[in-house]
Amino acid sequence: MMRKYFLSTLTAGLLAVCFYNSKAQDNSIEITRPAMQPGVTPPIPIAIVGFTGEVASAVKFDLYVMGFIEAPPDSAKYVLNGSNNGNVQGQLSFGRSTRFSKSYSGAAIRAQAHRLSDDVVKDVTGINGIAETRIAFKVDSGPTSEIYIADFDGHNSQAVTHDHTIVAAPCWVPGHFALYYTSYKSGVPNIFFQNLTSGDRNNFAHYGGMNSSAAVSSDGHRVAMILSKTGSPDVYVCDSDGSNLKQLTHTKEDESSPCWSPDGRWICFASKINERRALYKVSVDGGEMIRIPTSGVASPSEPDWSPDGKWIAFTAQMGGFEICVVPAQGGSATPLVSGEDPSWSPNSRTLVYARRNGGNRVLSLLDVPTKQYKDASRVSGSAASNSQPSWAR
Amino acid sequence: MKLTKFSNLIMGAALVLAAAGCHHAPPTVTHLPNGSLPIAGEKGFNPDQTTPIAAADPKPMDTSLGIPPTNGHPPSDWDRMPDVLQGQTVYFEYDKSAVKVSEEFKLDEVAKYLKANPTHALLVEGNCDERGTEEYNRSLGERRSLAGRERLVQMGIDASRIDTITYGEDKPAVKGHDEAAWSKNRRDDFVVLVPKATKVAMAQ
Repeated sequence: MMRKYFLSTLTAGLLAVCFYNSKAQDNSIEITRPAMQPGVTPPIPIAIVGFTGEVASAVKFDLYVMGFIEAPPDSAKYVLNGSNNGNVQGQLSFGRSTRFSKSYSGAAIRAQAHRLSDDVVKDVTGINGIAETRIAFKVDSGPTSEIYIADFDGHNSQAVTHDHTIVAAPCWVPGHFALYYTSYKSGVPNIFFQNLTSGDRNNFAHYGGMNSSAAVSSDGHRVAMILSKTGSPDVYVCDSDGSNLKQLTHTKEDESSPCWSPDGRWICFASKINERRALYKVSVDGGEMIRIPTSGVASPSEPDWSPDGKWIAFTAQMGGFEICVVPAQGGSATPLVSGEDPSWSPNSRTLVYARRNGGNRVLSLLDVPTKQYKDASRVSGSAASNSQPSWAR
Repeated sequence: MKLTKFSNLIMGAALVLAAAGCHHAPPTVTHLPNGSLPIAGEKGFNPDQTTPIAAADPKPMDTSLGIPPTNGHPPSDWDRMPDVLQGQTVYFEYDKSAVKVSEEFKLDEVAKYLKANPTHALLVEGNCDERGTEEYNRSLGERRSLAGRERLVQMGIDASRIDTITYGEDKPAVKGHDEAAWSKNRRDDFVVLVPKATKVAMAQ
């Protein structure tokens, strides 16, 4: 009697499990992970098999800087199997199940490889990858420097300026193929706006003194910058047509490197009060400077606020330079890697930054959760510094 | 016990179905959270440190007169004579823009020259060593050039005769990665500006 009862219960249980699993095929189950843990997240082991040449190196580079680590198939969690005879095709497996099987056509083979990398990242993590994004940066060959744009990994670089003067601090207009940057073309540091589609540009800020460090709000409607027009470098904000200029800081010290909160309400910047360097924020409507503590590190500068609003990346100076992140409201800062001048990717996970290599700077890409980093391709090899990157968001 | 055979069959079928279902169920998709980070309990976080600066810190030290800069002597009308006052380059301490007392005698010489040559103007070029990030150094170089100009104004030179510019770390005087080089790069250079007609006259 008991045995029959037991068997029926077991049967019912197994049937229930079966139905549960088939339901699971229709509804994805969302598991909430804890907030990003910078620098201590283990990378995801993946086998990358069957690709050759440029496609292999691009896919491996992409996945490494997006938080994967290459592993042999028998110890990897995922296997990416594919080929590139003509076009790229790839199949992602997880254990014995196939996650996707895709082939790509059109565009350059490198672009196909990047799309495959992003498809892997999207499938595995659910977030958008960054393998098809772009950066702007400064190339300094000594006496003069120019603004360049390139793929996020430094490939396909193109010069944006050809003025044979000093340039600095390029910043993308969010969502647009356009830049602001500092140039000494007219003899003094002014901020220029350039439409990269048409090549048209105008001298956006040419007040007396220094005009530099433009930063554009997420909606593209306002520009923050450093002007010294009243006698000391201070943070200003204006509309994208230059109107409604407003001075936000009034200190006797030098402010630098403004960046926007993604909600457009705050400007974060570096300053110094009573000889102590720190990060501050000020409301775009004006008001008090509020210090953003970065405990555990010294002399913070060049902040950048993550697009998801949660983190501020910055450079700390303690002997050398360290890329650090701190929660956006301030707190304990986490040093991640030697380097300076970080800029967040659109997915708030990767940073592009500059690293000193001998006498020159090179651009490098850092996956914040795993701390994995790799240098981007360099413009002009060892003859020039590549620095001051800005990630298109 | 006919039922046993039947229930065995059902159980067997259920086992197969369950096994098949487990095998084909896709891996679960993990999404990153939307929630904000906890504020309380953050390691090392001191709530007092976020109070507005006016309440938490003493009044900032007044290190500048706040004289608006000018670029009143463009290259179209003025020639540069960088050698005339090159011996008076003023050097700064690391990360500082205040003119040291020990450097002030050089500014005396610059002021003396400008008073003796009332038609000449001056460009103060502020510079930094490489031990700073680029935009930080651009702002610091600007503070240094403005500080040099302010001292000269205090010594009686008209502000409208003095232009300023920052070069950040772009123009080191000495290339090198030690204090011997760095100390020569943290500087204000003084470039005499003469009206173009003057230079022609001087050359004749």
